[in-house]
Amino acid sequence: MTQTLDTPPPVTEPPPPRRSRQARTADGSLQTPRWLYAVMAAGLVLVVIPFVWMLLSSIKPEAEVRAVPPTWWPESPTLENYDQLFSKLDFATFFMNSAIVAIATAVGNIVFCSMLGYALAKLEFPGKKLLFALVLGTLMVPGVVTFVPLFVLTTNIGLTNTLPGMILPFLAGPFGVFLMRQYILSLPDELILAARVDGASELRIFFSVILPLCGPAIATLGVLTFLTSWNNFLWPLVVATSEDKFTLPVALALYSVGQNATKYGLLLAGSVVVVLPVLVVFMLLQRRIMQGIAMTGIK
Amino acid sequence: MSTVTEPRKSEGAPRPRPTKGKSGTPSRTVNPMRRQQAVAAWVLALPFMVLFLVFTAGPVLASLGMSFTDMRSTDIRSPLGVEFVGLDNFTQLISDPLFRKVTLNTLLYLLLGVPLTMGVALAVAAGLNQINRFKGFFRVGFYLPVVTSIVAVSVVWKFLLRDRGGLVNTVLDLVGIDGPGWLDSTSLALPTLVVMAVWRNFGTLMVIFLAGMQTVPREILEAAEADGAGGWARFRYITLPMLRPTLLFGAVITSIGYLQFFEEAYVMTKGGPLDSTRSVTYFTYDQFGYGNYGLASAASYLLFLAIVLLTLLQFRLLRSKD
Repeated sequence: MTQTLDTPPPVTEPPPPRRSRQARTADGSLQTPRWLYAVMAAGLVLVVIPFVWMLLSSIKPEAEVRAVPPTWWPESPTLENYDQLFSKLDFATFFMNSAIVAIATAVGNIVFCSMLGYALAKLEFPGKKLLFALVLGTLMVPGVVTFVPLFVLTTNIGLTNTLPGMILPFLAGPFGVFLMRQYILSLPDELILAARVDGASELRIFFSVILPLCGPAIATLGVLTFLTSWNNFLWPLVVATSEDKFTLPVALALYSVGQNATKYGLLLAGSVVVVLPVLVVFMLLQRRIMQGIAMTGIK
Repeated sequence: MSTVTEPRKSEGAPRPRPTKGKSGTPSRTVNPMRRQQAVAAWVLALPFMVLFLVFTAGPVLASLGMSFTDMRSTDIRSPLGVEFVGLDNFTQLISDPLFRKVTLNTLLYLLLGVPLTMGVALAVAAGLNQINRFKGFFRVGFYLPVVTSIVAVSVVWKFLLRDRGGLVNTVLDLVGIDGPGWLDSTSLALPTLVVMAVWRNFGTLMVIFLAGMQTVPREILEAAEADGAGGWARFRYITLPMLRPTLLFGAVITSIGYLQFFEEAYVMTKGGPLDSTRSVTYFTYDQFGYGNYGLASAASYLLFLAIVLLTLLQFRLLRSKD
């Protein structure tokens, strides 16, 4: 710090003293140019436009959605697309299916990953290294490698076209183990030692000492697995064979390439139903999600 | 063995000997404790491991096994009764023009998508790193597409990109450009899907890169600034080299993502026109749909192999300069 303070600022643009603190950037250089804000703002508009257009178009009547040239602001706003989604099509069921699968997957990952994460972080046991390597090794395995044998498996145990069949393969994710292990490693060993002195059993230590301290990691893991599951496509597409078991992305994708492919307003309203809850959850919890990504580097 | 963990934990303070109470000598007391720990660890690990072995590790191996058989959907109830056909599936794939085409397409997704995504993410992260106000706001905004369903945003983009009446071509019309039918052209459809994927994906890398940039020691940047290094020079010669591990990590996860390209093509082009956007994952999904389980497994394993090799290669390339 002292070094830059000693350095005289460029003569051409002496920062007014009152604003000098704000004019310093994170890396200590002197001025954030105005144009940078303009560029960033323009970029942000480009990134957000598809969402705004989706929302606006979803409340246009079908004829207006198809208009050439297209309108930007809805001329005669209507909820008829949404009405059709839930009356003519069964989006209420798809929504419920998506919600059940995503919540169950999130809860399962929290339970199973925190248990294994604790064992890997704080307990000594034979086979620990092998176990960790095995779990981490599958971080790279793409879903496309496992879906054919998984389909054979679920068919033979009667789980094809069921919600448990969609949930079970994702209950034990390597990502969650990694995240929970990293977090629990940062908790002080003294807590565990003290509990052992007090005569607590190993399992008791996990459930009543460690788990209550894992709030932030559990929240991060819960949100991230919920989002991943909510957006998951390939496996639900494979395993759901009748319409009453579709999740939202499966229903939307099949409609968009199937008999409803030309009902633009309807499909855009469907996209809103898929995207909006997630955007809301994300905006509410963005700080936690961002930390989680920066921490582990995986969405 | 048993004493290895103990002294480390008791550094400094005199430790109340927790292991003493139950039985006499210290050497005897440690063993039951360790066994207790091991038992507890396995109890905690068991539920995960059962699920993991049945639904992840098992299928990974089963898929490899199936790739050497002629398994079809009719064998689904008797998966062990199939014929072993050696490398037939693999030779069939290599000589299949469609598989060659989807492999080429997947390579194009990779070669276009990875540099573009990383470049955009790096530029935005560098911009964010330079501004003070509204930083959090911008970060959240740029990250929005990442949390949304690829299927849903593909539906939206399909309409944005319509030849007539799509927002993109309407805007181009305003500036006097006659926009093409982006998704109807065999040469344009794939790059167009990549652009959409970049829009959808760059936020993840942006957050990772920004976190990396914030670990670059301020003293070094300030010293460079004092020496007269401009913003670009500091970025090019200090920030970027120090970001190397982060960039490597970003390249790896982005490559893995593009190698599995599927949903965008499924929704926006159905793999067309003329298979010009069909990917290896799409091909695998199709073969599964036709009931060719052995062939689908073989295709998926070739993709898996490509992912592993590419990851190893990137680690070598980006590490070797250190």
